[in-house]
Amino acid sequence: MRISNHWLGQWVDHGLSVEALGHRLTMAGLELDAIEPVGGSFSGVVVGRVLSVQPHPDADKLRVCLVDGGSGEPVSVVCGAPNVREGMRAPFAPVGAVLPNDFRLKKVKLRGVPSHGMLCSARELGLSEDHEGLMELPGDAPVGADLRTLLDLDDQVLEVDLTPNRADCLSMAGVAREVAALTGRPLTPVEPDPVPAASQEGVPVTLEAPADCPRYARRVIRGVDPQAQTPLWMRERLRRAGVRSLGPLVDVTNYVMLELGQPMHAFDLSALSGGIVVRRARPGERLTLLDGQDLTLGGEDLVIADQEKCLALAGIMGGQDSGVGDDTRDLLLESAHFSPTAIAGRARHHGLHTDSSHRFERGVDPDLPARALERATGLLCGIAGGTPGPAQVAETPEHLPVRSGIPFRPAQVGRLLGVDIPEAEMRGILERLGCAVEDAQGAWRVTPPGYRFDLAIEADLIEEIARIHGYERLPARVPAMVPRIDWMDEARVELPRIRQVFTDLGYLEAVTFSFVDGELEGRLAHGVEPLRLANPLSSEMAVMRTTLWSGLLKAARHNLNRQQERVRLFETGLRFIPQGDDLKQEKMLAGILCGPLCPDQWARETRGVDFFDMKGDVEAVLARAGLESRVRWQACQDPALHPGQGAQLLLDGDPIGRAGALNPEIASALDIETPVYLFELRLEAITRGHIPRFREQSRYPAIRRDLALVVEASVPAARVMEVIHGLELPVLQEVKLFDVYAGKGVPDGCKSLALGLILQDLSSTLTDEAVDRMIQDIVERLQQEVGATLRA
Amino acid sequence: MESLSKVTEAALHAIRAARDLRKLEDLRVHFLGKKGVITEQLKGLGALPVEQRKQAGKTINEAKQLILRALEQRREVLEAEEREARLVQERLDVTLPGRRQEPGGLHPVTRTVERVQRLLGQFGFQVAEGPEVEDDYHNFEALNIPAHHPARAMHDTFYFDARTLLRTHTSPVQVRVMEEQAPPLRIIAPGRVYRCDSDLTHSPMFHQVEGLWVEEGVTFAHLRGILDHFLKAFFQQEDLQTRFRPSYFPFTEPSAEVDIQCVHCGGQGCRVCKQTGWLEVMGCGMVHPNVLGQAGIDADRYTGFAFGLGVERMAMLRYGVNDLRLFFDNDIRFLRQFA
Repeated sequence: MRISNHWLGQWVDHGLSVEALGHRLTMAGLELDAIEPVGGSFSGVVVGRVLSVQPHPDADKLRVCLVDGGSGEPVSVVCGAPNVREGMRAPFAPVGAVLPNDFRLKKVKLRGVPSHGMLCSARELGLSEDHEGLMELPGDAPVGADLRTLLDLDDQVLEVDLTPNRADCLSMAGVAREVAALTGRPLTPVEPDPVPAASQEGVPVTLEAPADCPRYARRVIRGVDPQAQTPLWMRERLRRAGVRSLGPLVDVTNYVMLELGQPMHAFDLSALSGGIVVRRARPGERLTLLDGQDLTLGGEDLVIADQEKCLALAGIMGGQDSGVGDDTRDLLLESAHFSPTAIAGRARHHGLHTDSSHRFERGVDPDLPARALERATGLLCGIAGGTPGPAQVAETPEHLPVRSGIPFRPAQVGRLLGVDIPEAEMRGILERLGCAVEDAQGAWRVTPPGYRFDLAIEADLIEEIARIHGYERLPARVPAMVPRIDWMDEARVELPRIRQVFTDLGYLEAVTFSFVDGELEGRLAHGVEPLRLANPLSSEMAVMRTTLWSGLLKAARHNLNRQQERVRLFETGLRFIPQGDDLKQEKMLAGILCGPLCPDQWARETRGVDFFDMKGDVEAVLARAGLESRVRWQACQDPALHPGQGAQLLLDGDPIGRAGALNPEIASALDIETPVYLFELRLEAITRGHIPRFREQSRYPAIRRDLALVVEASVPAARVMEVIHGLELPVLQEVKLFDVYAGKGVPDGCKSLALGLILQDLSSTLTDEAVDRMIQDIVERLQQEVGATLRA
Repeated sequence: MESLSKVTEAALHAIRAARDLRKLEDLRVHFLGKKGVITEQLKGLGALPVEQRKQAGKTINEAKQLILRALEQRREVLEAEEREARLVQERLDVTLPGRRQEPGGLHPVTRTVERVQRLLGQFGFQVAEGPEVEDDYHNFEALNIPAHHPARAMHDTFYFDARTLLRTHTSPVQVRVMEEQAPPLRIIAPGRVYRCDSDLTHSPMFHQVEGLWVEEGVTFAHLRGILDHFLKAFFQQEDLQTRFRPSYFPFTEPSAEVDIQCVHCGGQGCRVCKQTGWLEVMGCGMVHPNVLGQAGIDADRYTGFAFGLGVERMAMLRYGVNDLRLFFDNDIRFLRQFA
């Protein structure tokens, strides 16, 4: 909402500087966005009259004009504007005048012809972006008059952001009411004088949808002058409000909307057949709007129609065929009340948003139509003449919105706000806001004014009291609190601790979008059809991720493309897995790494990361959760992963995640040339954790025996370990796998595993014989289960 | 015995001249070893007459002791020299960088959320969570935003179907908590939220932290008190000015927007605060009775307040980040600044 301070001043003499007024409005919930001057800073510019126009002897596009600037002596001015013509009045900056950006006019020669000043366009004066030609001033503008004074340019505009509840402030009258209530200054409204009917001509109206439109005022005006011009003062006010001047008929309806808050519409009377019907559209009915858009309407749309056709989308936009134009002489002015529920959502449904729909969907004072109609008639006939018929109102009073009394308990103000405001002050505030306050059995009964659609319950009134009393005057207190102790599950490994494992391992945390490219997602997800957005911003953000990998891959690629070759990123967040009609929103932990294991360093050899670097990092977090020994890595075929370097992670047999090298095909599709490793775990599985349980330690020495086993290359190391642990030897403390070897000395297709077995008994020193026996058992069992032999 | 004294002198001279421990050891063996010069002389004592034997033995032993002491002294000197030489050799350039993993770090959003959690945790706020794919009821209806409410225009919503959407704010967590638990309630809900809007200052995904306190006797004054303390603590600025200004959220009444004195210019007016001296950082208000009622909480007995903050905005102000989109590029050079 753009508010001209001078215009406002006519409605309420607020006595504040524009900055102080802006602050008051902000602190009352009408947030000031900006204060702008209404024109550029210039001086000495006057109304000039072009006495004659001659071609320039040396330039095709320039003209030499004789201009009367009111100084008594017409001067010669070179002008390049295409619209300059004899007799026109336009802003004239004579020698000595100063235009915006401190441009002081001097006598100059333009292509050899002296020019004593400059005729100006609106843009050159900082009044608009219009640079089509000279700014045309009306024929009655007094020659020589100072333009700043004539246009009242020492004004400022306050640009205010209105919240959706304050539709009552979408007009000068509304803002003035608010300012009067805030400052206690009297409101001096511009009350329209009724314009008596000069003819008896009317138009019948049928309210077929009375709940949607319970009041419809209208007036026929015949014989307006199509040549009439909108007066300068009105054009200026419209301009300051950000509305373009489109001729008096439209300008007047816009002006009244800005002044009083009532959106209006003007129909070309000649386009109407028979009376007006306000009704719901018939399904499939079509309408071409003023802006040329073709709409197909439905039964939810409210329309203004005549006996034959639909004329306008009620409260939103008029139709092209029935709108007023440059040659309109006879018109029908509409000033109606449309219920917010009838308009809300309909403009948006058709992709429209107009000044009218903006107001109606938030609520317009139902008492305004008749007043607005009088005001518009008075203004229009004053500008363009014409013969008004009688103001007619069709209404169904039972459907008009009623402001019912709200029971109000003054004590509730203290209960909600934590402050005592004297009852007299509260009553004064409510009354200043236009509410009627009556006593009713210890409580009050407060009836808000018709224009306050936002006041419906006690809490709304409490907010009004707080607002006018001033939020800045309300106290701030820290509540007294009863201490309570949070039990804190000791087993649980909190998310911050898990994140710390990765940051300590050199990972940076990424946050990637939850919606991803559907195609990449398809390659990374196994057989899951992702949830698809109905209105995505782009195809790259079209489906909800079923894995965190697509986002991380994109992030890795972003960095690789920017000379950041060493990437270690992790992310935690939801994945979205549709399951029939349900959706599983599951917290995941995922990571990506590629590039050198360590940054270049003088004392260490550099190599690229590999599978086991990644696995070690995952093991670190599993160890943190106390799960390392319970999680099994099982080779798997996963479309996202390298067929020989992918693993599924099983916790006590349940899948909790996957890890491996990115499938080279996907890597090349993404133009990633370096090997990339990925992991992803269900966060819930690793946050469960455990509480430590003490185990007695042996005081006797431990014995280590090393075994070099030869097995077929396809036997997983984990299988060998399983066999050994399967023997459940109580003295076997630990098995270390300290070497894997294939090559010379090991048969083809086989590998050698070097194991270190640590044996220790709780109650005695182990004898060599006992150890030998156990080792023999182990070797025999390995021979049976996995065909292992001792390496010669 | 002249030869003995010559031998001794020669020995002492050689010992003094020995340059290293190996040479010294050779000398020891030469003079005192099993077949050493002195040892041989001692062996020769038996051949001497008895009356000379004692005197000669004494003399030889004195010479032996003399050599032993000299050997010992020389060994100490040589050992010290050798130690010294080794230490010199072992000297390192301590200014060379150490071997280490490069430090990782949290995303500034997480860093900010964790800080907010820790600060508000001191007031007893516990973390609550809710789904990001929400239903229309929890995201809008239950928050007093019926279909076609103009406030919906402020939320550019991503939809899946008519009923299912991506939550546009963390406020639905309020509703879910109120549905599932009875007052007193004191929770904060951090998380991702989504709006169908993307430009210089809007990201289609961003983060909020929602707060809710419902209890008997909770007032607007308490809301101000809590947020005042929180904001001062967050920016670590004891004299930070805050102000509450009336605003509108359909689910709170009264509603307020919270401004802080501009942390860039100290309230003098600058580009960041659009010359106003103030920065809008939070929205808040007393929970609307309809919202309490809808969740089955007796609005005549309990009052409550709710607040919400934008995590990226707080992080931008705190760390001076000047472009929202940087948060989601995941550029390592950006992320490392917060490590």
